[in-house]
Amino acid sequence: MVENQRWLDIFAHAILILGVATVAFPVYIAFVASTHTSTAFVSGTIPLTPSTSGPGNYGNVLSGGVAAQMSVPISLMLFNSMVMALLIAAGKIVISIISAFAIVYFRFPFRILAFWIIFITLMLPVEVRIVPTFAVIADLGMLNSYAGLTVPLMASATATFLFRQVFLTIPDEMMEAARIDGAGPMKFFRDILLPLSQTNIAALFVILFIYGWNQYLWPLLITTDSGYYTIVAGIKRMADVVESEPLWNYIMAVTVLAMLPPVAVVIFMQRLFIKGLVDSEK
Amino acid sequence: MQTKRTIFGNKGLPYLLLAPQLVITAIFFLWPAGQAVRQSFLREDAFGLSTTFVGLRNYRALLDSPEYLGALKVTVVFSIATVVLALGIALMLALAVDRMLRSAAPYTTMLIWPYAVAPAVAGILWWFIFNPAIGILPFVLERVWGYDWNHNLTGSDAMILVVVAAVWKQISYNFLFFVAGLQSIPTSLREAASIDGAGPFKRFWSITLPLLSPTTFFLLVVNVVYTLFDTFAIIDATTGGGPAQATTILVYKVYDDGFVGLNLGSSAAQSVILMIIVMALTFIQFRYVERKVTY
Repeated sequence: MVENQRWLDIFAHAILILGVATVAFPVYIAFVASTHTSTAFVSGTIPLTPSTSGPGNYGNVLSGGVAAQMSVPISLMLFNSMVMALLIAAGKIVISIISAFAIVYFRFPFRILAFWIIFITLMLPVEVRIVPTFAVIADLGMLNSYAGLTVPLMASATATFLFRQVFLTIPDEMMEAARIDGAGPMKFFRDILLPLSQTNIAALFVILFIYGWNQYLWPLLITTDSGYYTIVAGIKRMADVVESEPLWNYIMAVTVLAMLPPVAVVIFMQRLFIKGLVDSEK
Repeated sequence: MQTKRTIFGNKGLPYLLLAPQLVITAIFFLWPAGQAVRQSFLREDAFGLSTTFVGLRNYRALLDSPEYLGALKVTVVFSIATVVLALGIALMLALAVDRMLRSAAPYTTMLIWPYAVAPAVAGILWWFIFNPAIGILPFVLERVWGYDWNHNLTGSDAMILVVVAAVWKQISYNFLFFVAGLQSIPTSLREAASIDGAGPFKRFWSITLPLLSPTTFFLLVVNVVYTLFDTFAIIDATTGGGPAQATTILVYKVYDDGFVGLNLGSSAAQSVILMIIVMALTFIQFRYVERKVTY
């Protein structure tokens, strides 16, 4: 604070309150809609205050059987999303941390080439190469499987670079001491590198969990068996039919459920989340 | 490339450690990308029975196609509108939070959580709010200005819908980086300017904004990438590229032509063009972002 200027403070508060309200507005509307019966939407506009049908609506979508188009229980979709997000986050971290270990602590032919191959993945987002990648998955018989949902998304240049940076800041003396004491590379990795990168791993896990949970195009394409639907991709399938039937209350209940886990992670692990976000963009 | 002074001597181990990453990259990144390049030079007949080499004809057809040029124009409009709004609003909020002492933390918490909302979900939320029949905003627009909102029929309405959803989702990210950038500006500089008689606006223009330019430039690149690719989900979940291609951005057209239209040669050529765009953006990011943007 450079100087005290009351009107500027009031102005700043006003902007922030407006910002917070704008950010919360769509979620509030969705929550309110999810607590009404479907008849509330037949005519007129969306109600603006919550009603009492909330628990019933959430119970119905979680167990399925709301309507023909929404026959998959949302609890199953939540489970699939959770499996997908956890597998992607864990897989990316494991694969990247051992790659970074190899690149930093060994010298071998084609080391630079390996580094560049990993770097290239940054330039090939899935949306860009979607048709041929789908063909590969289909040829490998990986449609409708957890492996198909997660393995192709596990390569990560960002995570590899992050761990490379972390390892480069660890003093060389650590490794020299470990070698004098007779520790091999894997023992050094397990007993020294892993404990030292703990917070980085946790922070990255938070970011990658959100990334995995929010995947849309990939699960939409490779799951045709409803047993593998994830919730974010599932909403779209329901929304496609909703315009013919006023099931808005159920759609919005599903939307709220789809937001809940990643938003809770951001709010309750805010420190790790911010660290992960800032680290992974370096 | 930087490495350690001392290293482990194992010969086979590093390859073993790199194997999972490299195998996944080869199978799911490099091979499909290679296929896209190959297919972009081929044309399949209607039954997929024979393919012929057509050279650059797929690319030339794209540049002559009004649909493709239309998608390019839509992309430019969508990107600029989204990036300018997302950066501008986030900067304003970050400047406001930067003034706060005790209330900075709660405001930050209440502003950053949309980062965790999936783009598809953000799209659905605003799609519901803007629903022409029951949505709350069309109701207000009708009552106050007599405007008949319908994003299913009016192209500009659909564009506003996807821009609003895309901006709403991106503000939290930009906000966090702007706050970090503002905190790294030494207070002494602003104090010195204040002693020299510079008011708050003068200080913003001649001290804060120039010193913030590395952050702004970094965010500019990240936001452009976001509008080009990550917003696919917003568009697919809401307008589906319509009405009449009014919200078909380039990446949506790749998907639409490849999966719905089954025009593989053209879709592959579009993929290759997008890859070149990403490569250029990645290059810019790594070449310039770490350096200070100076005047």
